[in-house]
Amino acid sequence: MATFQFELVSPEKLLLSRQVEMATIPAAEGEMGVLPGHAPMIVALRGGIIRVRENGAETETLFVGGGFAEVSPERVTVLADEATPLASLSRAASERRLAEAEAALREVQTSDPEAKRDAALARVLAMRTAVEAAQAA
Amino acid sequence: MASLKDLRGRINSVKSTRKITQAMKMVAAAKLRRAQAQAEAARPYAERMEAILASLGAVVASSPTAPRMLVGNGADRVHLLVVVTADRGLAGPFNTNVGRLARNRIRALEAEGKQVKLLTVGRKGASFLKREFASRFIAEVSFAGRKRVEFADAEAVAVQVTELLEEGAFDVCSLIYNRFRNVITQIPTEQRLIPAPIPEAAAPATDRLAALYDYEPTEEEILATLLPRNLAIQIYRAILESAAGEQGARMTAMDNATRNAGEMINKLTLNYNRTRQANITRELIEIISGAEAV
Repeated sequence: MATFQFELVSPEKLLLSRQVEMATIPAAEGEMGVLPGHAPMIVALRGGIIRVRENGAETETLFVGGGFAEVSPERVTVLADEATPLASLSRAASERRLAEAEAALREVQTSDPEAKRDAALARVLAMRTAVEAAQAA
Repeated sequence: MASLKDLRGRINSVKSTRKITQAMKMVAAAKLRRAQAQAEAARPYAERMEAILASLGAVVASSPTAPRMLVGNGADRVHLLVVVTADRGLAGPFNTNVGRLARNRIRALEAEGKQVKLLTVGRKGASFLKREFASRFIAEVSFAGRKRVEFADAEAVAVQVTELLEEGAFDVCSLIYNRFRNVITQIPTEQRLIPAPIPEAAAPATDRLAALYDYEPTEEEILATLLPRNLAIQIYRAILESAAGEQGARMTAMDNATRNAGEMINKLTLNYNRTRQANITRELIEIISGAEAV
Protein backbone atom coordinates (compact mmCIF):
# COMPACT_ATOMS: atom_id res chain seq x y z
CA MET A 1 0.00 0.00 0.00
CA ALA A 2 1.12 3.55 -0.65
CA THR A 3 2.80 5.33 2.20
CA PHE A 4 3.78 8.85 3.16
CA GLN A 5 6.33 10.37 5.50
CA PHE A 6 4.89 11.01 8.95
CA GLU A 7 6.74 13.16 11.45
CA LEU A 8 5.75 13.97 14.99
CA VAL A 9 7.83 16.54 16.84
CA SER A 10 7.38 18.11 20.23
CA PRO A 11 9.46 21.07 21.41
CA GLU A 12 11.56 18.66 23.44
CA LYS A 13 12.24 16.01 20.82
CA LEU A 14 11.49 14.27 17.55
CA LEU A 15 9.15 11.41 18.47
CA LEU A 16 8.36 9.75 15.18
CA SER A 17 9.66 10.00 11.67
CA ARG A 18 8.82 7.22 9.27
CA GLN A 19 6.75 5.98 6.36
CA VAL A 20 3.16 5.18 7.32
CA GLU A 21 -0.04 4.26 5.51
CA MET A 22 -2.48 6.38 7.40
CA ALA A 23 -2.55 8.80 10.29
CA THR A 24 -5.54 10.05 12.24
CA ILE A 25 -4.99 13.44 13.80
CA PRO A 26 -7.27 15.40 16.16
CA ALA A 27 -7.77 18.58 14.12
CA ALA A 28 -9.44 21.53 15.83
CA GLU A 29 -12.61 21.00 13.82
CA GLY A 30 -12.83 17.24 14.11
CA GLU A 31 -10.77 14.08 13.74
CA MET A 32 -9.06 13.89 10.42
CA GLY A 33 -7.75 10.79 8.69
CA VAL A 34 -4.84 11.41 6.34
CA LEU A 35 -3.91 9.07 3.52
CA PRO A 36 -1.10 9.50 1.02
CA GLY A 37 -1.77 12.25 -1.54
CA HIS A 38 -3.83 14.41 0.78
CA ALA A 39 -4.44 18.00 -0.33
CA PRO A 40 -1.99 20.45 1.27
CA MET A 41 -3.32 21.89 4.51
CA ILE A 42 -2.20 23.57 7.68
CA VAL A 43 -4.48 22.66 10.57
CA ALA A 44 -4.61 23.54 14.23
CA LEU A 45 -4.92 20.58 16.59
CA ARG A 46 -6.80 20.19 19.82
CA GLY A 47 -5.83 17.78 22.57
CA GLY A 48 -6.46 14.25 21.43
CA ILE A 49 -5.06 10.98 20.21
CA ILE A 50 -2.92 10.47 17.12
CA ARG A 51 -3.21 7.04 15.54
CA VAL A 52 -0.75 5.71 13.00
CA ARG A 53 -1.37 2.75 10.71
CA GLU A 54 1.39 0.75 9.07
CA ASN A 55 1.11 -2.56 7.20
CA GLY A 56 -2.62 -2.71 7.78
CA ALA A 57 -2.42 -2.44 11.56
CA GLU A 58 -2.47 0.36 14.08
CA THR A 59 1.10 0.60 15.35
CA GLU A 60 1.31 3.82 17.32
CA THR A 61 -1.11 5.74 19.47
CA LEU A 62 0.02 8.93 21.11
CA PHE A 63 -1.63 11.63 23.14
CA VAL A 64 -0.98 15.19 21.97
CA GLY A 65 -1.95 18.29 23.93
CA GLY A 66 -2.69 20.52 20.94
CA GLY A 67 -0.46 21.98 18.28
CA PHE A 68 -0.36 22.16 14.49
CA ALA A 69 -0.03 19.87 11.55
CA GLU A 70 1.23 20.57 8.09
CA VAL A 71 -0.20 18.19 5.53
CA SER A 72 1.10 17.81 2.01
CA PRO A 73 0.63 14.98 -0.52
CA GLU A 74 3.86 13.22 0.44
CA ARG A 75 4.39 14.21 4.08
CA VAL A 76 2.64 15.10 7.30
CA THR A 77 4.42 17.05 10.02
CA VAL A 78 2.76 17.33 13.40
CA LEU A 79 4.08 20.03 15.71
CA ALA A 80 2.67 18.95 19.04
CA ASP A 81 2.75 21.08 22.19
CA GLU A 82 3.42 17.90 24.06
CA ALA A 83 3.22 14.30 22.99
CA THR A 84 3.24 11.09 25.01
CA PRO A 85 2.79 7.53 23.79
CA LEU A 86 -0.42 6.16 25.31
CA ALA A 87 1.47 3.29 26.85
CA SER A 88 3.55 5.62 28.98
CA LEU A 89 0.72 7.98 29.88
CA SER A 90 0.30 7.88 33.64
CA ARG A 91 -3.26 8.01 34.89
CA ALA A 92 -2.41 9.69 38.17
CA ALA A 93 -0.35 12.38 36.44
CA SER A 94 -3.07 13.07 33.87
CA GLU A 95 -5.69 13.35 36.59
CA ARG A 96 -3.53 15.77 38.50
CA ARG A 97 -3.03 17.89 35.41
CA LEU A 98 -6.75 17.77 34.65
CA ALA A 99 -7.41 19.10 38.15
CA GLU A 100 -4.85 21.86 37.58
CA ALA A 101 -6.41 22.78 34.25
CA GLU A 102 -9.89 22.87 35.83
CA ALA A 103 -8.62 25.09 38.60
CA ALA A 104 -7.09 27.42 36.00
CA LEU A 105 -10.39 27.52 34.13
CA ARG A 106 -12.25 28.53 37.30
CA GLU A 107 -9.78 31.37 37.77
CA VAL A 108 -10.58 32.80 34.36
CA GLN A 109 -12.76 35.92 34.45
CA THR A 110 -15.34 36.83 31.87
CA SER A 111 -13.43 40.08 31.45
CA ASP A 112 -10.35 38.22 30.23
CA PRO A 113 -9.61 38.20 26.50
CA GLU A 114 -11.52 35.57 24.59
CA ALA A 115 -8.31 33.85 23.44
CA LYS A 116 -7.30 33.28 27.05
CA ARG A 117 -10.70 31.82 27.99
CA ASP A 118 -10.62 29.55 24.97
CA ALA A 119 -7.11 28.39 25.81
CA ALA A 120 -8.10 27.49 29.38
CA LEU A 121 -11.12 25.54 28.18
CA ALA A 122 -9.12 23.80 25.47
CA ARG A 123 -6.60 22.75 28.09
CA VAL A 124 -9.31 21.19 30.28
CA LEU A 125 -10.71 19.31 27.30
CA ALA A 126 -7.24 18.10 26.28
CA MET A 127 -6.49 16.86 29.79
CA ARG A 128 -9.87 15.15 29.98
CA THR A 129 -8.97 13.27 26.81
CA ALA A 130 -5.65 12.32 28.38
CA VAL A 131 -7.36 10.94 31.49
CA GLU A 132 -9.80 8.93 29.38
CA ALA A 133 -6.98 7.60 27.25
CA ALA A 134 -4.97 6.68 30.32
CA GLN A 135 -7.95 4.83 31.76
CA ALA A 136 -8.51 2.89 28.58
CA ALA A 137 -4.83 1.97 28.30
CA MET B 1 61.78 34.42 52.12
CA ALA B 2 58.79 32.28 53.03
CA SER B 3 59.44 29.56 55.54
CA LEU B 4 59.24 25.90 54.62
CA LYS B 5 56.02 25.51 56.54
CA ASP B 6 54.36 28.36 54.64
CA LEU B 7 55.44 26.90 51.32
CA ARG B 8 54.13 23.48 52.26
CA GLY B 9 50.81 25.04 53.19
CA ARG B 10 50.55 26.87 49.88
CA ILE B 11 51.44 23.80 47.85
CA ASN B 12 48.73 21.83 49.61
CA SER B 13 46.15 24.53 49.11
CA VAL B 14 46.91 24.83 45.38
CA LYS B 15 46.77 21.05 45.12
CA SER B 16 43.30 20.93 46.58
CA THR B 17 42.19 23.79 44.35
CA ARG B 18 43.42 21.78 41.39
CA LYS B 19 41.39 18.83 42.55
CA ILE B 20 38.29 20.97 42.67
CA THR B 21 38.80 22.55 39.26
CA GLN B 22 39.54 19.17 37.78
CA ALA B 23 36.33 17.73 39.22
CA MET B 24 34.36 20.74 37.98
CA LYS B 25 35.76 20.19 34.51
CA MET B 26 34.63 16.57 34.53
CA VAL B 27 31.17 17.53 35.76
CA ALA B 28 30.90 20.25 33.12
CA ALA B 29 31.92 17.78 30.42
CA ALA B 30 29.19 15.35 31.48
CA LYS B 31 26.59 18.08 31.72
CA LEU B 32 27.68 19.50 28.39
CA ARG B 33 26.89 16.25 26.67
CA ARG B 34 23.40 16.24 28.17
CA ALA B 35 22.78 19.90 27.40
CA GLN B 36 23.96 19.46 23.83
CA ALA B 37 21.67 16.48 23.31
CA GLN B 38 18.75 18.47 24.64
CA ALA B 39 19.54 21.41 22.39
CA GLU B 40 19.76 19.13 19.39
CA ALA B 41 16.49 17.39 20.25
CA ALA B 42 14.73 20.75 20.20
CA ARG B 43 16.02 21.64 16.77
CA PRO B 44 13.57 19.74 14.49
CA TYR B 45 10.56 21.42 16.06
CA ALA B 46 12.07 24.88 15.69
CA GLU B 47 12.97 24.20 12.06
CA ARG B 48 9.53 22.99 11.08
CA MET B 49 7.91 25.80 12.98
CA GLU B 50 10.01 28.26 11.01
CA ALA B 51 8.91 26.69 7.73
CA ILE B 52 5.23 26.94 8.60
CA LEU B 53 5.65 30.45 9.91
CA ALA B 54 7.45 31.53 6.76
CA SER B 55 4.62 30.33 4.54
CA LEU B 56 1.92 31.78 6.78
CA GLY B 57 3.69 35.01 7.57
CA ALA B 58 4.15 35.89 3.93
CA VAL B 59 0.39 35.63 3.39
CA VAL B 60 -0.77 37.54 6.42
CA ALA B 61 1.97 40.14 6.93
CA SER B 62 0.69 42.39 4.18
CA SER B 63 -2.89 42.42 5.40
CA PRO B 64 -3.95 45.30 7.67
CA THR B 65 -5.27 42.94 10.34
CA ALA B 66 -1.90 41.23 10.80
CA PRO B 67 -1.27 40.43 14.47
CA ARG B 68 1.00 42.75 16.40
CA MET B 69 3.32 39.95 17.35
CA LEU B 70 4.19 39.49 13.68
CA VAL B 71 4.45 43.03 12.40
CA GLY B 72 4.89 45.02 15.62
CA ASN B 73 2.84 48.11 16.34
CA GLY B 74 4.78 50.34 14.02
CA ALA B 75 6.49 52.24 16.80
CA ASP B 76 10.13 51.89 17.81
CA ARG B 77 10.28 53.74 21.11
CA VAL B 78 10.27 51.21 23.94
CA HIS B 79 12.61 48.25 23.68
CA LEU B 80 12.32 45.11 25.76
CA LEU B 81 15.53 43.14 26.06
CA VAL B 82 15.35 39.55 27.21
CA VAL B 83 18.82 38.66 28.48
CA VAL B 84 19.65 34.98 28.93
CA THR B 85 22.62 34.05 31.11
CA ALA B 86 23.65 31.24 33.41
CA ASP B 87 22.71 30.91 37.05
CA ARG B 88 26.23 30.13 38.15
CA GLY B 89 29.58 31.70 37.66
CA LEU B 90 33.02 30.14 37.30
CA ALA B 91 32.51 29.77 33.59
CA GLY B 92 35.15 32.13 32.30
CA PRO B 93 33.88 35.16 30.41
CA PHE B 94 30.58 33.44 29.55
CA ASN B 95 28.24 35.63 31.59
CA THR B 96 30.27 38.79 31.27
CA ASN B 97 30.20 38.61 27.47
CA VAL B 98 26.41 38.58 27.33
CA GLY B 99 26.24 41.19 30.06
CA ARG B 100 28.58 43.47 28.18
CA LEU B 101 26.64 43.10 24.93
CA ALA B 102 23.43 43.92 26.78
CA ARG B 103 25.05 46.90 28.49
CA ASN B 104 26.36 48.33 25.21
CA ARG B 105 22.97 47.81 23.62
CA ILE B 106 21.15 49.55 26.45
CA ARG B 107 23.54 52.49 26.31
CA ALA B 108 23.24 52.76 22.54
CA LEU B 109 19.44 52.64 22.66
CA GLU B 110 19.23 55.18 25.45
CA ALA B 111 21.63 57.46 23.63
CA GLU B 112 19.11 57.41 20.77
CA GLY B 113 16.47 58.56 23.21
CA LYS B 114 14.68 55.24 23.44
CA GLN B 115 13.32 53.63 26.54
CA VAL B 116 14.68 50.25 27.58
CA LYS B 117 13.07 47.56 29.70
CA LEU B 118 14.84 44.46 30.89
CA LEU B 119 13.78 40.92 31.54
CA THR B 120 16.56 38.58 32.61
CA VAL B 121 16.69 34.83 32.60
CA GLY B 122 19.42 33.50 34.88
CA ARG B 123 20.83 35.00 38.06
CA LYS B 124 24.21 36.11 36.77
CA GLY B 125 22.88 38.44 34.11
CA ALA B 126 20.50 39.95 36.61
CA SER B 127 23.21 40.77 39.11
CA PHE B 128 25.54 42.09 36.39
CA LEU B 129 22.97 44.47 34.92
CA LYS B 130 21.39 45.48 38.22
CA ARG B 131 24.47 47.45 39.21
CA GLU B 132 23.86 49.95 36.46
CA PHE B 133 20.34 49.50 35.17
CA ALA B 134 18.26 48.49 38.19
CA SER B 135 15.49 50.94 37.25
CA ARG B 136 14.91 49.24 33.87
CA PHE B 137 14.14 45.82 35.34
CA ILE B 138 10.62 44.56 34.94
CA ALA B 139 11.17 40.90 35.74
CA GLU B 140 13.82 38.31 36.38
CA VAL B 141 13.51 34.59 35.97
CA SER B 142 15.87 31.97 37.29
CA PHE B 143 16.03 28.24 36.87
CA ALA B 144 18.65 27.79 39.59
CA GLY B 145 18.68 24.37 41.17
CA ARG B 146 16.74 22.83 38.30
CA LYS B 147 18.20 19.75 36.66
CA ARG B 148 16.89 20.58 33.22
CA VAL B 149 14.80 23.34 31.76
CA GLU B 150 11.49 22.14 30.37
CA PHE B 151 9.64 23.69 27.48
CA ALA B 152 6.93 24.78 29.92
CA ASP B 153 9.47 27.01 31.69
CA ALA B 154 10.34 28.80 28.48
CA GLU B 155 6.65 29.06 27.71
CA ALA B 156 6.05 30.82 31.01
CA VAL B 157 8.60 33.45 30.00
CA ALA B 158 6.95 33.76 26.59
CA VAL B 159 3.54 34.24 28.23
CA GLN B 160 4.99 37.04 30.31
CA VAL B 161 6.34 38.72 27.17
CA THR B 162 2.99 38.26 25.40
CA GLU B 163 1.11 39.85 28.26
CA LEU B 164 3.47 42.80 28.24
CA LEU B 165 2.93 43.16 24.50
CA GLU B 166 -0.83 43.15 24.96
CA GLU B 167 -0.54 45.83 27.62
CA GLY B 168 1.49 47.85 25.14
CA ALA B 169 4.45 47.92 27.51
CA PHE B 170 6.98 47.79 24.68
CA ASP B 171 7.26 48.16 20.90
CA VAL B 172 10.23 46.01 20.00
CA CYS B 173 11.50 42.90 21.75
CA SER B 174 14.95 41.35 21.35
CA LEU B 175 16.66 38.38 22.86
CA ILE B 176 20.30 38.50 23.96
CA TYR B 177 22.00 35.19 24.64
CA ASN B 178 25.13 33.12 24.04
CA ARG B 179 24.84 31.16 20.83
CA PHE B 180 26.55 27.81 21.05
CA ARG B 181 28.96 27.51 18.18
CA ASN B 182 31.17 24.77 19.58
CA VAL B 183 32.55 23.70 22.91
CA ILE B 184 35.10 26.49 23.11
CA THR B 185 33.26 29.23 21.25
CA GLN B 186 30.07 30.89 22.38
CA ILE B 187 28.94 33.93 20.50
CA PRO B 188 26.92 36.61 22.31
CA THR B 189 24.03 37.21 19.94
CA GLU B 190 21.13 39.57 19.66
CA GLN B 191 18.00 38.26 18.00
CA ARG B 192 14.81 40.16 17.29
CA LEU B 193 11.61 38.50 18.49
CA ILE B 194 8.90 41.09 17.94
CA PRO B 195 8.16 42.08 15.24
CA ALA B 196 8.97 38.57 14.09
CA PRO B 197 11.57 38.48 11.34
CA ILE B 198 10.17 36.61 8.35
CA PRO B 199 12.83 34.75 6.37
CA GLU B 200 13.12 36.77 3.18
CA ALA B 201 14.58 34.05 1.01
CA ALA B 202 11.59 31.84 1.56
CA ALA B 203 9.13 34.48 0.41
CA PRO B 204 8.94 33.82 -3.35
CA ALA B 205 8.61 30.08 -2.91
CA THR B 206 5.93 30.45 -0.26
CA ASP B 207 3.74 32.59 -2.48
CA ARG B 208 3.15 29.56 -4.56
CA LEU B 209 2.69 27.29 -1.54
CA ALA B 210 0.45 29.69 0.29
CA ALA B 211 -2.00 29.65 -2.56
CA LEU B 212 -1.91 25.89 -2.39
CA TYR B 213 -2.48 25.37 1.31
CA ASP B 214 -5.87 25.08 2.92
CA TYR B 215 -6.15 26.42 6.43
CA GLU B 216 -8.34 25.03 9.12
CA PRO B 217 -9.52 27.12 10.91
CA THR B 218 -8.55 30.40 9.19
CA GLU B 219 -5.03 31.72 8.57
CA GLU B 220 -5.52 34.41 11.21
CA GLU B 221 -6.62 31.98 13.87
CA ILE B 222 -3.77 29.61 13.23
CA LEU B 223 -1.33 32.48 13.24
CA ALA B 224 -2.78 33.78 16.49
CA THR B 225 -1.82 30.54 18.25
CA LEU B 226 1.30 29.88 16.21
CA LEU B 227 3.02 33.16 17.02
CA PRO B 228 3.08 32.84 20.83
CA ARG B 229 4.27 29.30 20.33
CA ASN B 230 7.05 30.50 18.09
CA LEU B 231 8.03 33.06 20.69
CA ALA B 232 8.21 30.31 23.29
CA ILE B 233 10.27 28.07 21.05
CA GLN B 234 12.73 30.88 20.28
CA ILE B 235 13.18 31.56 23.98
CA TYR B 236 13.46 27.84 24.69
CA ARG B 237 16.11 27.49 22.06
CA ALA B 238 18.06 30.41 23.46
CA ILE B 239 17.90 28.95 26.97
CA LEU B 240 19.08 25.56 25.75
CA GLU B 241 21.90 27.00 23.68
CA SER B 242 22.94 29.14 26.58
CA ALA B 243 22.89 26.11 28.89
CA ALA B 244 25.07 24.12 26.52
CA GLY B 245 27.38 27.09 26.07
CA GLU B 246 27.63 27.56 29.82
CA GLN B 247 28.90 24.02 30.30
CA GLY B 248 31.30 24.40 27.39
CA ALA B 249 32.64 27.66 28.77
CA ARG B 250 32.97 26.20 32.24
CA MET B 251 34.81 23.21 30.87
CA THR B 252 37.32 25.43 29.08
CA ALA B 253 37.70 27.72 32.06
CA MET B 254 38.25 24.83 34.46
CA ASP B 255 40.69 23.19 32.10
CA ASN B 256 42.75 26.38 32.11
CA ALA B 257 42.48 26.67 35.86
CA THR B 258 43.67 23.10 36.31
CA ARG B 259 46.63 23.74 34.06
CA ASN B 260 47.53 26.97 35.85
CA ALA B 261 47.32 25.22 39.19
CA GLY B 262 49.71 22.55 37.90
CA GLU B 263 52.19 25.19 36.83
CA MET B 264 51.92 26.93 40.14
CA ILE B 265 52.52 23.68 42.02
CA ASN B 266 55.66 23.09 39.97
CA LYS B 267 56.96 26.57 40.75
CA LEU B 268 56.16 26.28 44.42
CA THR B 269 57.74 22.83 44.66
CA LEU B 270 60.93 24.16 43.07
CA ASN B 271 60.94 27.03 45.49
CA TYR B 272 60.28 24.67 48.39
CA ASN B 273 63.18 22.40 47.43
CA ARG B 274 65.54 25.33 46.97
CA THR B 275 64.65 26.73 50.35
CA ARG B 276 65.08 23.35 51.97
CA GLN B 277 68.50 22.93 50.34
CA ALA B 278 69.53 26.43 51.39
CA ASN B 279 68.56 25.65 54.96
CA ILE B 280 70.63 22.46 54.98
CA THR B 281 73.62 24.25 53.50
CA ARG B 282 73.31 27.03 56.05
CA GLU B 283 73.15 24.57 58.92
CA LEU B 284 76.18 22.71 57.61
CA ILE B 285 78.16 25.94 57.36
CA GLU B 286 77.15 26.80 60.91
CA ILE B 287 78.26 23.41 62.22
CA ILE B 288 81.54 23.44 60.30
CA SER B 289 82.45 26.98 61.26
CA GLY B 290 81.48 26.16 64.85
CA ALA B 291 83.82 23.12 64.82
CA GLU B 292 86.64 25.18 63.30
CA ALA B 293 86.34 27.84 65.95
CA VAL B 294 86.87 25.32 68.76
